[in-house]
Amino acid sequence: MIARTQKFLGYICLTISFSLLLCAATSSRWDRIPEKDHARVNPLAAHSEAVAAGALIYRDHCAQCHRSDASGDGHKKPALRSERIRSATDGDIEWFLRQGDLRHGMPSWSNLPEAKRWQLVAYLRSIQ
Amino acid sequence: MARLFLSPAGIFSALLLSLLPGLAAAQEKPYFVTYSHDLEEPGNLEVETKTALAQPQGSHRYGATASELEYGVRAWWTSEIYLDGETTAQESTILTGFRLENRFRPLMREHVINPVIYVEFENITGADKTLLEVVGHDGQSDLGEPNSDTRQEHEHEAELKLILSSNLKAWNISENFIAEKNLGHEPWEFGYALGAARPLRTLGSGKPCMFCLEKFTAGAEAYGGLGDTDSLTLHNTSHYIAPIVGWQLPFGRFSFSTGFGLNSNSLDRVYRIGWASELPQVGSWFRSSKGGTR
Repeated sequence: MIARTQKFLGYICLTISFSLLLCAATSSRWDRIPEKDHARVNPLAAHSEAVAAGALIYRDHCAQCHRSDASGDGHKKPALRSERIRSATDGDIEWFLRQGDLRHGMPSWSNLPEAKRWQLVAYLRSIQ
Repeated sequence: MARLFLSPAGIFSALLLSLLPGLAAAQEKPYFVTYSHDLEEPGNLEVETKTALAQPQGSHRYGATASELEYGVRAWWTSEIYLDGETTAQESTILTGFRLENRFRPLMREHVINPVIYVEFENITGADKTLLEVVGHDGQSDLGEPNSDTRQEHEHEAELKLILSSNLKAWNISENFIAEKNLGHEPWEFGYALGAARPLRTLGSGKPCMFCLEKFTAGAEAYGGLGDTDSLTLHNTSHYIAPIVGWQLPFGRFSFSTGFGLNSNSLDRVYRIGWASELPQVGSWFRSSKGGTR
């Protein structure tokens, strides 16, 4: 029985170790955006309500880390009024929101419908 | 049923709900049994209760509540503790144990199918009726035994789940494969949970609202046992299908489902009520008190 329990705990340790190794093996997300995503344009950019809707999504999901004025915390949660955002394409930002950067603390927002991610992109563009 | 709210788990839940003004809406899907690959945002603490109401055949009605604290340790790692309790009519109100749970995303990218590894330790009694999972040959007869007997059965169990989850066209589709082992001399038990859910409107409305369609998520989940290593068969297993609905409020998420038993070994109906709220960036409270980055 003890041997079976030890074997079981061994499997758990192996699983956790494997997960940690995979986490350590990845690098910056912005450098890896596929070309087809990079080239995408915001299909809701011309929608008059997109910025207002994006502002609400930002308030609900983003402000708690990046602050309500998008100034960030000066540490791990970067400001979103930045050259990085200004120079990114719509597709880059949507891709980043969808993928997140789990290793560096940015969750994936793939659970938001794609339309809402584009509304958020419109809002982020509007505050630059 | 009112006695449920006087149980330790009920009081705990009431205390959590009293924190309403500081809470934000929780973001996970309104599943009760199925897990998706949504993890808690790093630094956030989610408080959640899941209550199951049912009446096993030939026994008394009961209400069982699991109160949960869920913390986002990393964007790829969520840790949770559950406190379970239950009230059975004409019997007793008791605390039935606790669970410690961790979920890990082994892959850092978003894929069509996203795996999550789930590891849990349970220290519960046989009187636990929260139905957070159905495995092995679990059935309504287990839930109908008197609390005075079942509370004497102490179960130390380890549970592993492989969670596979996809976000496709605003739908979330999740499949969970469950393996549970009583750390005493018991066989491995297996189970499954499947879920699909979608917001009723995918476009943000641009103005604050409580009753607009974008605030509601609807779907269904199915779950049941798959036997154990001594008897790997569907004979004497129980299975359920449950439509679910979630309602996103400014300070939390309310969810409800009615589960329908699919065979005679299952409960006829299981009503489930859930509430989840988030305390944002709890981690930064402690950092700021040390003169940190906030």
